[in-house]
Amino acid sequence: MSELNSKIPTGPLAEKWDNYKEHAKLVNPANKRKLEVIVVGTGLAGASAAASLAELGYSVKAFCFQDSPRRAHSIAAQGGINAAKNYKNDGDSVFRLFYDTIKGGDFRAREANVYRLADVSRNIIDQCVAQGVPFAREYGGLLDNRSFGGSQVSRTFYARGQTGQQLLLGAYGALERQIGLGNVKMYARHEMADVVTIDGKARGIVARNLITGELERYFGHAVILATGGYGNVFFLSTSAMGSNVTAAWKAHKKGAYFGNPCYTQIHPTCIPVTGDYQSKLTLMSESLRNDGRVWVPKSKEDAKAIREGKKTAADIKEDDRDYYLERKYPSFGNLCPRDIASRAAKEACDDGRGIVPSGLGVFLDFADAIKRLGVEVVKARYGELFPMYQNITNEDPLKTPMKIYPAVHYTMGGLWVDYELMTSVQGLYCLGEANFSDHGANRLGASALMQGLADGYFVIPYTIGNYLSSEIFTKAIPTDHPAFVEAEEAARERAEKLIGTKGKKTVDDFHKQLGKIMWEYCGMARTAEGLTHARKLIQDLRKEFWSNVNIPGTLNEFNPEFDKAGRVADFIELGELMVIDALDRNESCGGHFRLEYQDEGEAKRDDENYAYVSAWEHTSVEADPILHKEKLVYENIQLQVRSYK
Amino acid sequence: MKFNLKVWRQKNAQAQGKLVDYTIENIIPDMSFLEMVDVLNDNLVRKGEDPIAFDHDCREGICGMCSMYISGRAHGPHHAATTCQLYMRSFKDGDTIYVEPFRAGAFPIIKDLVTDRSAFDRIIAKGGFVSVNTGQAQDANNLPVDKADAEKAMDAAACIGCGACVAACPNSAAMLFVSAKISQLALLPQGGPERNNRAINMVNQMDEEGFGNCTNIGACEAECPKEIKLTNIARMNREYLVASLINE
Ligand SMILES: Cc1cc2nc3c(=O)[nH]c(=O)nc-3n(C[C@H](O)[C@H](O)[C@H](O)COP(=O)(O)OP(=O)(O)OC[C@H]3O[C@@H](n4cnc5c(N)ncnc54)[C@H](O)[C@@H]3O)c2cc1C
Ligand code: SF4
Ligand code: FES
Repeated sequence: MSELNSKIPTGPLAEKWDNYKEHAKLVNPANKRKLEVIVVGTGLAGASAAASLAELGYSVKAFCFQDSPRRAHSIAAQGGINAAKNYKNDGDSVFRLFYDTIKGGDFRAREANVYRLADVSRNIIDQCVAQGVPFAREYGGLLDNRSFGGSQVSRTFYARGQTGQQLLLGAYGALERQIGLGNVKMYARHEMADVVTIDGKARGIVARNLITGELERYFGHAVILATGGYGNVFFLSTSAMGSNVTAAWKAHKKGAYFGNPCYTQIHPTCIPVTGDYQSKLTLMSESLRNDGRVWVPKSKEDAKAIREGKKTAADIKEDDRDYYLERKYPSFGNLCPRDIASRAAKEACDDGRGIVPSGLGVFLDFADAIKRLGVEVVKARYGELFPMYQNITNEDPLKTPMKIYPAVHYTMGGLWVDYELMTSVQGLYCLGEANFSDHGANRLGASALMQGLADGYFVIPYTIGNYLSSEIFTKAIPTDHPAFVEAEEAARERAEKLIGTKGKKTVDDFHKQLGKIMWEYCGMARTAEGLTHARKLIQDLRKEFWSNVNIPGTLNEFNPEFDKAGRVADFIELGELMVIDALDRNESCGGHFRLEYQDEGEAKRDDENYAYVSAWEHTSVEADPILHKEKLVYENIQLQVRSYK
Repeated sequence: MKFNLKVWRQKNAQAQGKLVDYTIENIIPDMSFLEMVDVLNDNLVRKGEDPIAFDHDCREGICGMCSMYISGRAHGPHHAATTCQLYMRSFKDGDTIYVEPFRAGAFPIIKDLVTDRSAFDRIIAKGGFVSVNTGQAQDANNLPVDKADAEKAMDAAACIGCGACVAACPNSAAMLFVSAKISQLALLPQGGPERNNRAINMVNQMDEEGFGNCTNIGACEAECPKEIKLTNIARMNREYLVASLINE
């Protein structure tokens, strides 16, 4: 096991980023035009990176699998984006945002990165407002903020319940502007099939044109992956249907280490699973917990009666209700962080007090808020969320409490990157949810949008220059170079093998089976025994997949079933790595809860032995990966037991 | 529940398409329309037939990717909802349902229900932005914006670029989509400096892409899942007119 070099600049925490920028190497404008950068992904991270790099003068090629860069899953973010502006004068600061993020991540994130994130958060808001992002405003015309996801200051900027959409449309506009100017060439409906490396450096990609099925080769002096999270490894999640790990996984197999794969965020407020036919789960924004109170009946009998339809929420008297978050965490109450709220819901349901037929659901009740504020205020505050809930469930949350249950929502793990956001492969970068960097073992609400835009607008434009400055003499490598030919050949062989299998089970059969294994053994509660068992199950599933999957159609046409199959194949391999990682980590922290390591239901961290980032090196699909540890050093804060009591 | 479906099948852009009949049973009212199609596709794959290609991604009404023309209406019978937000409880047991792609000359069919809507991106590339490079911004609160204007801008900015307005319009006009972006930026001070060029360039690109003219029918507003208002079109016409006068 070797130590990793995270390239953290020296000097005091608050000066590291300035120091870095002041000393980073620069590329002169004439040379920038000759340097080509590939950006895979056009979500907040990718679109902001592609636009900013093109503005600087680089020649950019951008890729996404949807029909337009505007449809990346960032669009679905509802709640808001954090920034340490302290516009509310309520005591916020860069340090406080930094500290909250580190603590929220259960002391498993890198200090220097998180401080930089908190620092540039302020520039993000300026940039987005200048682009015309219609953030919510106060009557005086200044920007409004709210408190969000377990924070004690109001630092969250929002645009109704559509913050992600508005931020993405801002970045997409900037990207389209550069496309119009000819500085970015956009490849929509293209899926990255492999990274091409030459002499240890990333030099391009092979992508599949999803309309024709053709494999195409693209050169870049550097390659940036901003391909989002891998929550769909669980089959059911709040991710979009197409969200995948494929690009990151291909990079992993080409030498990029995978960081903390087992850290998964299970979001407490989602609409519960109701049937087998369900294709995805819907998040109800965390902001609802500002006014909603979470409860289950105190007695199992009452819960059972509700499950069987013999009683309703209204029949349960105030004294017979268990507002368990308020009871267990008096100082944060319903606003405690996601991992804690999710686990508490699971506990209540495991105790037989769930209130939906499956037993897996709790109430989120607005009755008190309505009494206090009036129906109109509550309705205005949660704009489209209530109708959305009603449309899906056929129940009106203004009249009867919402029913919610945790669901897979975000993946803190991802490709390991250093301070410059470079992976362990030279010239290969990873931004946004796809990297492992800033959220430790648990992400705070409204921090993912912040991180994606920080990476794309304000970090990569500086750090990539530091690398590309030494590439100015590298001429564009023709794509008939053997490395390109080989990568394309390998992608073709794999595709032919998949489509030629002609087995008995559909792609979704396998995906659902994988999801069940992951949710059961690598979900909200994990044990060594369960994980060991899961690993075997996944290995068997992988073998069965490659001998028994049935994909219709051919390779040279628009074939969504084939696209899905390729992604599921990668999810299966990732699933095994997640399990291996969860097994290695003999502690509980953030979203990773090992039943063996707890203090009466609270996560028990082991800082002495596990204050490190796990960065896994791929060997082969059949063999064990190699663990590299990046020790986490805290120079500016004290590690504490993370308490929200 | 049981349904008779008549679904548009077309192998590729060049091929001739036609409506094909399918019957589907055991559908649960709480299923979404797309989940019903998932079930149908699952049946087809198991029978060795080609599943129906359709666009979708977020399945929560925000990405704008889903795009079915259902029994004569873009995104189906529901008001203010996308195809993925349509639930089978909105239909009667035994109904016959027509499923077709969003049709318009500027949205060529790729396969079955999948169309090419990249014309929208090309229109945005002509001016659907504020020209501010990363790092050029001043402090966000240096520029107060009237709350009422900000709200109106947000109303217009809610457009998801799905193209239902085009599919619903007998002229295949894209006025509602284009006007939503022009309005958002016209209502905000940030959009001021480029206002005139924006209106002219975006409208010209819209014409070049082959979208039709507006004859005040209002089908776009009626079918828009995000309730984008016709008043945006009036604002766009004003912007365009003023810009044309100034440019003369
Ligand atoms: C329902 C929901 C609500 C959320 N709410 C909030 C919130 O309120 N606040 C907050 O901070 N965070 C929120 N999040 C999290 C946040 O939205 C995401 O973490 C973030 O937007 C991810 O951005 P990204 O740019 O990294 O990836 P994405 O936006 O997912 O973009 C991924 C891009 O990569 C492309 N891509 C993927 N794979 C490939 C491939 N193989 N080949 C080519 N292209 C590929 C896709 O086409 C897409 O363009 C929410 C998430 C969800 C799901
Ligand atoms: S205006 Fe409405 S119908 Fe037209 S693209 Fe926008 S959201 Fe869709
Ligand atoms: S699938 Fe995203 S809007 Fe319907």
